[in-house]
Amino acid sequence: MGILLDVAYFTAAVLFILGLKQMASPVTARRGIVWAGAGMVLATAVTFFHPEVEGLTNYLLIFLAIGLGGGLAWWSGKKVAMTDMPQMIALYNGMGGGAAAGIGVIALMQAQDMSLLIQGIAAVGVLIGAVAFSGSLVAFAKLQGIMQKTMRFSGQQWFNLLIFAITLGLGLMLAFAGNEVSGAALLAFVLLALAFGVLMTLPIGGADMPVVISLYNALTGLAVGFKGLVLDNPALMIAGIVVGAAGTLLTQLMARAMNRSLASVLFSGFGDTGSAQSGEATGSMKPIDAADVGVMMAFADKVIVIPGYGMAVAQAQHKVWELCQLLIERGVKVRFAIHPVAGRMPGHMNVLLAEAGVPYDLIQDLDEINQEFETTDVALVIGANDVVNPVARTDPSSPIYGMPILNADKARNVIVVKRGQGAGFSGIENALFFLDQTRMLYGDGQSVAAELIQAVKSL
Amino acid sequence: MIEGFIALYIFMLAAFTGYEVIARVPVILHTPLMSGSNFIHGIVLIGTMVALGHAQTPLEQAIGFVAVVLGAGNAVGGYVVTERMLEMFKSSRKDG
Repeated sequence: MGILLDVAYFTAAVLFILGLKQMASPVTARRGIVWAGAGMVLATAVTFFHPEVEGLTNYLLIFLAIGLGGGLAWWSGKKVAMTDMPQMIALYNGMGGGAAAGIGVIALMQAQDMSLLIQGIAAVGVLIGAVAFSGSLVAFAKLQGIMQKTMRFSGQQWFNLLIFAITLGLGLMLAFAGNEVSGAALLAFVLLALAFGVLMTLPIGGADMPVVISLYNALTGLAVGFKGLVLDNPALMIAGIVVGAAGTLLTQLMARAMNRSLASVLFSGFGDTGSAQSGEATGSMKPIDAADVGVMMAFADKVIVIPGYGMAVAQAQHKVWELCQLLIERGVKVRFAIHPVAGRMPGHMNVLLAEAGVPYDLIQDLDEINQEFETTDVALVIGANDVVNPVARTDPSSPIYGMPILNADKARNVIVVKRGQGAGFSGIENALFFLDQTRMLYGDGQSVAAELIQAVKSL
Repeated sequence: MIEGFIALYIFMLAAFTGYEVIARVPVILHTPLMSGSNFIHGIVLIGTMVALGHAQTPLEQAIGFVAVVLGAGNAVGGYVVTERMLEMFKSSRKDG
């Protein structure tokens, strides 16, 4: 039986790596997740024959737990709207972290002649897993809008550091406890680790949440890898560490796309300090009718659509694509410009547009499209705000200074579709709205798009 | 038992693999890829199964049970959302 397990786990590890590799290209991505899924099914199936799995009650419990957890996750995963994907990823990731912590707790409770190294790694795994668990749940609650955006108090970082130091001390104690692991110390260790995850995530603003989720994703991977070492299971080690490394890189890429360092995401406040900035934009916002915009776009040579989260919230992507198809039929060159952090996560907007049926070769990212704005007749900004704010280029005192933006202000005409006159996610006034060539088209994204379709059709 | 240095080699090679696999990925795939890697660490499920499988006391069984529920949620949920996202990637050349 041992050889069957080894072969199955080895195959699963190969499938995971190949699957992940294929997921890194849009052409093969579909196949990638199926391969990884096959690896998961194989590894799970053979684990029922693992020599350490014994006792009828335990078998029953395993079946019941898989049915319960898997069933709930299946149901929620199928049901969730595409716009809510980021928080679902946070939730499932948190579950993985909790599971890894659970393994570590049981291993420590059963500690019998464990080597110091393994016992230490078990404790570290519990710490990382528990932090990823509670941190991810807070991230979920924030994105879902259950929890207030940020929570701060003076000396918070010192308080967090203190909690972390105590947790680490307890962890060391557990690592050196040998066969005499105290239940009370273990419980305190888990509770403190959970508390630290919550405390660490509370002060982080909503705009930085994707980076944080990605970080917790990497942490869970690391915790899983460590558990693999504790359980002597190479499949867990390989899959966990691969995700840990890939997740770390992904976190860095995301942070870089927002022009933020990981340290500044974790230890500084953003998202609520921005509102203190006074809006110094001069001029006024000039409204326009949908009918006029329809004419403007229908007779343009080149239109660039800049979608933002607002469009997704209004569920307007289908209507916007319908509008673009009409324009394309009339011979207008239409493209979608996606900022790296459009939506709530890098790549999130691409998924939402793909859902509406927009072919991915019409979707271009910042580097590809930024030179083209100067030759563009109409830039249609729909539901986006901070990512087209020119102060990121011009005003060093702005909190978003230095962030790469889409140069919509270089287009000959800019149409901004917006619900009201409020500021963006970061609370910063947008200078683009006050430019001479900018017109504001007020209204809900979906109904505005419908009006534009009518306007173009009636020509 | 996987000996200390063998474990270290596995960790090192796996870390490089993970880094290399992601290194040249287009931005449009960041979210699906994060979701996909989130699914892959759902392999923690088999670890929780083993942990529950050799649980002896009711307390260990209770913790193990919760761990398997969470692990299964990670694996299944991760798969479902990743699959749903990737399903949407189509090229205009295919469906004109």
